[in-house]
Amino acid sequence: MSGIVGYGVYIPSYRIKVEEIARVWGDNPKAISRGLVVDEKSVPGADEDTATISVEAARNALKRAMIDPQKIGAVYVGSESHPYAVKPTSTIVAEAVEASPDMTAADLEFACKAGTAGMQICMGLVDSGTIEYGLAVGADTAQGAPGDALEYTASAGGAAYIIGGKNTIANFEETYSYTTDTPDFYRREGQPYPRHGGRFTGEPAYFKHVLSAAKGLMERLGKNASDFDHVVFHQPNGKFYLRAAKKLGFNNEQAKTGLLTPVIGNTYSGATPLGLAAILDIAQPGDKILAVSYGSGAGSDAFSLEVTDLIEKNRNAAPKVKDMIKKKTYVDYAVYAKYKGKLRMA
Amino acid sequence: MTETVRAWRHIPQRYNLIGSKCLQCGKVFFPKRILCPECRRKGKLEEINLSGKGKILTYSVIETPTDEFKDIAPYVVAIVELEEGAKVTTQIVDYDIEKIEIGKEVEMVFRKIREAGDDGVISYGFKFRIKD
Repeated sequence: MSGIVGYGVYIPSYRIKVEEIARVWGDNPKAISRGLVVDEKSVPGADEDTATISVEAARNALKRAMIDPQKIGAVYVGSESHPYAVKPTSTIVAEAVEASPDMTAADLEFACKAGTAGMQICMGLVDSGTIEYGLAVGADTAQGAPGDALEYTASAGGAAYIIGGKNTIANFEETYSYTTDTPDFYRREGQPYPRHGGRFTGEPAYFKHVLSAAKGLMERLGKNASDFDHVVFHQPNGKFYLRAAKKLGFNNEQAKTGLLTPVIGNTYSGATPLGLAAILDIAQPGDKILAVSYGSGAGSDAFSLEVTDLIEKNRNAAPKVKDMIKKKTYVDYAVYAKYKGKLRMA
Repeated sequence: MTETVRAWRHIPQRYNLIGSKCLQCGKVFFPKRILCPECRRKGKLEEINLSGKGKILTYSVIETPTDEFKDIAPYVVAIVELEEGAKVTTQIVDYDIEKIEIGKEVEMVFRKIREAGDDGVISYGFKFRIKD
């Protein structure tokens, strides 16, 4: 099977604390922070969107992959916040990394799992010999309505993966998806903010799909939790992530590296790809990784990966997740509202 | 459609900082030229991908922006001298304006430049940030 040739990440440098959002809406910040296991989230600058985040992540992936971008045969950007309703983000990314024009491209949307769906498509195209390399990006500038619970977590960031057949830093062992029609979270055409089913987003949605995909993959491989060195799940908040890990029999040591929501919030389509990148930042040759995304609507993509000897070669060629988390400037709610375009201008 | 055509025409230079270099005298131009002003007809120009690394030559803080840049004001517009010698006029992003200094090393980032209204084309391209 194909593998990851290079990966890159981008997280905007602005942050807002849970306390600041709670102050505006009169909520108890300690209760929110404890309940969601989130302390602060990333905020995109006024001139940042899914296209700019995707380009930065893709350029960082190319720095590690060290391949000729003209050999990229497919570009997929998964997001639920594409800047245009009609006009692909993927062509902007392809042009900005100089991969065009001998390639195919498309934008994907599947709530928070469109990034991993793009990875699966690239795996298929590489494995079939149709393309040499594929670029899959998961990125979002997530929207939460003012005063809605989502506002505490909806953040911005993304990760890009170059999938290929040779010189890989980690190989895919297997992928398995679990998908049903479950309307736990959605945004209708033309609406600025999504709606969610509150508690309905838990058991029948997130947990059912994440646990089924993880179990399905492990059953296919004849493996269990102890066979993996690292695990990462989609992370709408820290609480769901930790509970999923526990239910599947993973310990804190296996799960901690991929959990980023407490410090950057939920980057939606970027969440699982970013968590996987944080693991690749520290992984050793031979490490086995289980990654499980989740997209409302609903479905989960599970991947089993094994890290190769090449992991350390170009690791420092691009910024790590930790570096991006460290670089931060706090903004208050007013500046956050301005950057997110929540204010009606004259 | 003027905005659309202008945004499209600028894609190579704005996305990837593609300029030109005179193979006769070695001078680098940005935006790209089709004729070297020094070598004239003896010169031969070819496209060059500029590295996107340089330093601040001079700058100005825009405190009173036009309406469309209100959401990012105050902001810094600088002339950056690239490693290859060419100079570009650009915004400096994600930095405390009080701490901007001439001579600081900068690198290219990809950002939204402007939007042609709520229903128009979005222009993307280079801006610069202070190097860590």
